[in-house]
Amino acid sequence: MSKKIVQIENVGQTFATKKGTFTALRDIHLDIHEGESVSLIGHSGCGKSTLLNLIAGLTLPSTGVMLCEGREIAGPGPERAVVFQNHSLLPWLTCFDNVYLAVERVFSAKEGKVKLKERTREALALVGLSHAESKYPHEISGGMKQRVGIARALSMQPRILLMDEPFGALDALTRANLQDELMKILAATRATMVMVTHDVDEAVLLSDRVVMLTNGPAATVGEILDVKLERPRDRLALAHDPVFGNCRAAIMEFLYQKQLRVAA
Amino acid sequence: MSAAAMTDQPVKELGEGEAGKAVEAGRVASYKPAVVGAPVMAAAPAPTGAGLGERLQVALQALLRAFVPPVAGLALLIGLWHLATLNGGGIPSPGKTWDAAVVLFSDPFYREGPNDQGIGWNVLASLQRVGMGFGIAALVGIPAGFLLGRFAILSRMLNPIISLLRPVSPLAWLPIGLLVFQRADPAATWTIFICSIWPMVLNTAQGVTRVPQDYLNVARVLKLSEWKVFTKILFPAVLPYMLTGIRLSIGTAWLVIVAAEMLTGGVGIGFWVWDEWNNLKVEHIIIAIFVIGIVGLALEQALMLLARRFNYESR
Ligand SMILES: Nc1ncnc2c1ncn2[C@@H]1O[C@H](COP(=O)(O)OP(=O)(O)OP(=O)(O)O)[C@@H](O)[C@H]1O
Ligand SMILES: [Mg+2]
Repeated sequence: MSKKIVQIENVGQTFATKKGTFTALRDIHLDIHEGESVSLIGHSGCGKSTLLNLIAGLTLPSTGVMLCEGREIAGPGPERAVVFQNHSLLPWLTCFDNVYLAVERVFSAKEGKVKLKERTREALALVGLSHAESKYPHEISGGMKQRVGIARALSMQPRILLMDEPFGALDALTRANLQDELMKILAATRATMVMVTHDVDEAVLLSDRVVMLTNGPAATVGEILDVKLERPRDRLALAHDPVFGNCRAAIMEFLYQKQLRVAA
Repeated sequence: MSAAAMTDQPVKELGEGEAGKAVEAGRVASYKPAVVGAPVMAAAPAPTGAGLGERLQVALQALLRAFVPPVAGLALLIGLWHLATLNGGGIPSPGKTWDAAVVLFSDPFYREGPNDQGIGWNVLASLQRVGMGFGIAALVGIPAGFLLGRFAILSRMLNPIISLLRPVSPLAWLPIGLLVFQRADPAATWTIFICSIWPMVLNTAQGVTRVPQDYLNVARVLKLSEWKVFTKILFPAVLPYMLTGIRLSIGTAWLVIVAAEMLTGGVGIGFWVWDEWNNLKVEHIIIAIFVIGIVGLALEQALMLLARRFNYESR
């Protein structure tokens, strides 16, 4: 098996609230290997975003150790690019400038302006948005915004791509298109990806492993499913693939039998 | 999280009396684009229409719709004013006031001694004082607002003081100014300064605390330098709030200058009003009221235009 890029050892996360401390996560053990795609799935509010934020370094764990390439994660950094759930584009910058901000930060020490602009254009072309580079975020559709967010993350050539429900707010068609694009991009760049999702099909389609979290509070890793499907994957062919069906069933069983959501 | 809660808390407290202003800040941020969008929508069907004549008609109708109601309102006001002055009394009639205005505005920039100058000079003198006091207030108030918004400890330290000083009538500050500066002119400027600084401090601070955490998270992931965070995220995000503060400040400053000048004398529209009262030229006072109103309106509109220009949502 390839090198471990992220190691999560015995990690717990508590939050101080008005009603005392709230334990969101406990005893999380998870290794993420170089080049693999991992999905985090679980019921709403179980702590998926919390776990992703921990990997990003946006928050620090209350207990346990988080390592990225052998070093403790002490904060966020451009080698762990994040695609935020709500795209988080800066509304006063054009699509180009939004991506350029990231490119400039990562590469300006070594490269000139021309090269930086070229990188920015490449990133936008990768998500099929060359024509929209001079538009402002409020002038483009939700799916396009999400793609700019992905372009921004990819442009940084991160070691790990962290995505929090990147396609959650999109319609089924746009979502399918973006999923296909993402698979191509990942295959081309060989980037490691960790993605939070609500969607069972999406988890199976995109991942090598699906990490299922138990219900909160004090959620932890319930099961980990290996998705043994060949790449490249084709969504139409997979619809009748028994392996796909079994993976799907296993996740559904976990979510809807073992972790049946108690009405909160 | 607790740090965020702390920055939130004091500003809320400080914002309690500020509810109206907070609403206005929100309005600049979200409501304006609709207003900006409206004329565009009205004009949109035009190009699909057939000829030039049709388009002209549409434009004419829009013009009529925009101008008829305000003109009617003004006519009503003047009519009521006329009726009120029909059976004499001290208030001059609209006609008489108009005649006086024509004389007055035929030579607004004459100078016959320090206390007898054209109305143009008086307005300019007042504007200059407002510009001075307001300018210094902006130079101090906006950075102060950024600091207050950024550092919870500062805002908790200074909030009680601001809450205490803000409701004080600006005119109460005038004697302090006179005492410190020994002259009327800087004292008036000082009064303008102290009364116009608060909206800028409070609105800027509020804007800073309202910068969406998502944007700051982007900055953290990119590890942007403090300078980049300020220029690319903080400043553009706070700008609409800041402009609301500036607009409120200039409005207050213009409100206060008249009163301050009445007390300090010299040249200025406020002093001029007082002078004309002593000369019992009531029609001049009415003209001054119109002039003050129009200048105030112009200042406000200019700033609204500026705010719209910098509102990223409407670009
Ligand atoms: N800063 C915080 N302070 C207190 N509690 C928090 C904080 N952040 C998250 N929580 C709590 O931790 C739990 C997990 O939250 P999290 O956002 O990770 O859920 P999630 O799995 O991403 O849910 P969703 O699928 O709805 O996005 C929730 O119960 C939430 O209320
Ligand atoms: Mg979440």
